[in-house]
Amino acid sequence: MATETLTLGKALNTGLRRALENDPKVIIMGEDVGKLGGVFRITDGLQKDFGDDRVIDTPLAESGIIGTAVGLAIRGYRPVCEIQFDGFVYPAYDQIVSQVAKMHYRSRGKLNIPMVIRIPFGGGIGAVEHHSESPEAYFAHTAGLKVVSCANPQDAYVMIQQAIASDDPIVFLEPKRRYWEKGPVDLDAPLADAYPLHSARVVRPGTDVTVLAYGPMVRTCLEAATAAAEDGRELEVIDLRSLSPLDLTAAYESVKRTGRAVVVHEAPSNIGLGAELAARITEECFYSLESPVLRVTGFDIPYPAARVEEEYLPDLDRVLDAVDRSFGW
Amino acid sequence: MAKGDPGGTTRSRRAAPRSRKSAAGNPELVQLLTPEGERIESVIGPDGIEYRVDFTDEEYRGLYRDLVLVRKLDAEATALQRQGELGIWASLLGQEAAQVGSGRALRTQDMAFPTYREHGVLYCRGIDPIMPLGLFRGVDQGGWDPNEFKFNMYTIVIGAQTLHATGYAMGITMDGKTGTDDGEAVIAYFGDGATSQGDVNEAFVWAGVFNAPMVFFCQNNQYAISEPLERQTRIPLYQRAAGFGFPGIRVDGNDVLATYAVTRTALDNARHGQGPSLIEAYTYRMGAHTTSDDPTRYRIASEVEAWQAKDPIARVKAFLEKQQIAGADFFAEVDEQARRESVHLRERVLAMPNPEPVTMFDHVYPNGSPLLDEQRTQFSRYMESFEGSAH
Ligand SMILES: Cc1ncc(C[n+]2csc(CCOP(=O)(O)OP(=O)(O)O)c2C)c(N)n1
Repeated sequence: MATETLTLGKALNTGLRRALENDPKVIIMGEDVGKLGGVFRITDGLQKDFGDDRVIDTPLAESGIIGTAVGLAIRGYRPVCEIQFDGFVYPAYDQIVSQVAKMHYRSRGKLNIPMVIRIPFGGGIGAVEHHSESPEAYFAHTAGLKVVSCANPQDAYVMIQQAIASDDPIVFLEPKRRYWEKGPVDLDAPLADAYPLHSARVVRPGTDVTVLAYGPMVRTCLEAATAAAEDGRELEVIDLRSLSPLDLTAAYESVKRTGRAVVVHEAPSNIGLGAELAARITEECFYSLESPVLRVTGFDIPYPAARVEEEYLPDLDRVLDAVDRSFGW
Repeated sequence: MAKGDPGGTTRSRRAAPRSRKSAAGNPELVQLLTPEGERIESVIGPDGIEYRVDFTDEEYRGLYRDLVLVRKLDAEATALQRQGELGIWASLLGQEAAQVGSGRALRTQDMAFPTYREHGVLYCRGIDPIMPLGLFRGVDQGGWDPNEFKFNMYTIVIGAQTLHATGYAMGITMDGKTGTDDGEAVIAYFGDGATSQGDVNEAFVWAGVFNAPMVFFCQNNQYAISEPLERQTRIPLYQRAAGFGFPGIRVDGNDVLATYAVTRTALDNARHGQGPSLIEAYTYRMGAHTTSDDPTRYRIASEVEAWQAKDPIARVKAFLEKQQIAGADFFAEVDEQARRESVHLRERVLAMPNPEPVTMFDHVYPNGSPLLDEQRTQFSRYMESFEGSAH
């Protein structure tokens, strides 16, 4: 079995390579994705091996990247678009929500837009403004789009291939500050047998509190769970993986057991994913809840200057603090 | 002219040619048929290309029939809106020649990306003219199959489709389907207002950089709702193409022959691998922007009258009469056909059923979604709870 230790970034790169190998209709397009291999090197070496017809350096025009990919998809291609940074997806926002998301519906199923929009998202890398945002709620709110986020190298490798193989248009959020973190990746397991793309997963079982996270916050929550265990509290950590549609089967089952839920994300809290999760868990698990569903999130401010981002981003202490509050109810 | 793929550029014609203009005569506007119905045999455009058409009499009559039918069906739709049968209608009145000329210049294999006003092109693509009425009536979102008819869905967001067209054209190149006579090309329609949009300018950049086999077809009807051309540009629109590295040309958009000739040439250049071009069809929207609009607030009657004199149908009729290609019987027969088809259209629009409410949950995702399935189930149950009651 070819299990290798890879960084999350390299796992994505390997997954993209597999997708290019397996389907000649898959094309990668974006700014600097060719010779440079992308600013995070996620497409490193792909243009060299697959040619500049398959891995296309585009003009610096985000609406153009998504809009032309729509046409290519209508033509029968499977474009994988890279948006260089989260804060630069907004010029393409109209194409994504008005065109990509609605083409299938408007054509009553006659057109498919099997597109993947890869976005390195979130903070924690000390970047300047517009390089650390969490735009997931904008996209998860839009019918016709699916939104996923990977949190470890194994998922990165598998989920990117599943997303590319799917006929649904998918916004694929990559936790950029986790690009360099390593983990085991089984390179040989057949895609058909892989864990379903739109299913959440319990990544640490526990009995006392259910903690829901995705993307970069999964690791933070796992660290919090380790710390909590030292204090005698067992946190059950669920990696949502899919933000639209949400898979809450495991969450409901878990909350009914633990009686408590804490939702963690980097994005601001107001009208964010945490609100949706809290509402759904409350509806489904009302009689099991010992305390309200609590949220640990970024603040309702534009992403702040890098020197204070550690204070902005939910960390281990804030998660543990929420756990305490849940018990103090 | 038969539906589908008219020939026409090389065949000789019997009617005597009138004259031949050079670029010096009118460098800015390719014209082959004057408002008085005089034929200009050929024009050498500012691009050095000689534009001409050689249609058979049958084909000339076919073009006339197209123009009249398209105008009549459009008028019927406007009437239906006035009677409350359509929510809104975007009329093409005045733009028939631009649409029929360019629409008939398309070959079967070519793909078109329209706005919301291209009913004439839609007709030329062989799509049942009832189709867009469903969209404007609110019973569907346009029911034709874009792949079957090679005519994409209407696009309401101004300019968005020009990028889709460019991507599709890039796909043609990647498929190796250019460089020959049976190569494919793409045409993207948009208005003068759309040229201010970022997407259109991005499409120009992309098409140029990737040498995409496509034609940008701008119907400059002088207004974007109420805003005149001067609010969008300070140079003639076709000149913008130069800045993006491909040719631009202005054609008399009320002249079906010139529009045909210019579009056919641009499409053929594209399919042969010579890349994009921009056509500015200089025309005028005779009616309101849509049925919700009041054009008397922003334009004067004398302007409308001046354009009336350049009517795209009257000049073809004058030409056909002068050349004795068609007579009173033919014109009466075409009018009768137009009347019949519009009555038929009306009957069918009135009979268009509302969709079953639960179908609004269909086709959101190719692979479905559990959350949506749950909502659909809840909705169905809710609707069933009314069964038997007079709701
Ligand atoms: C992005 C966007 N902004 C505004 C509108 C509202 N709108 C609809 S048509 C129109 C004017 C378009 O003018 P033009 O491009 O010249 O085309 P025309 O309707 O004259 O054919 C406007 C502003 C829209 N549909 N899309």
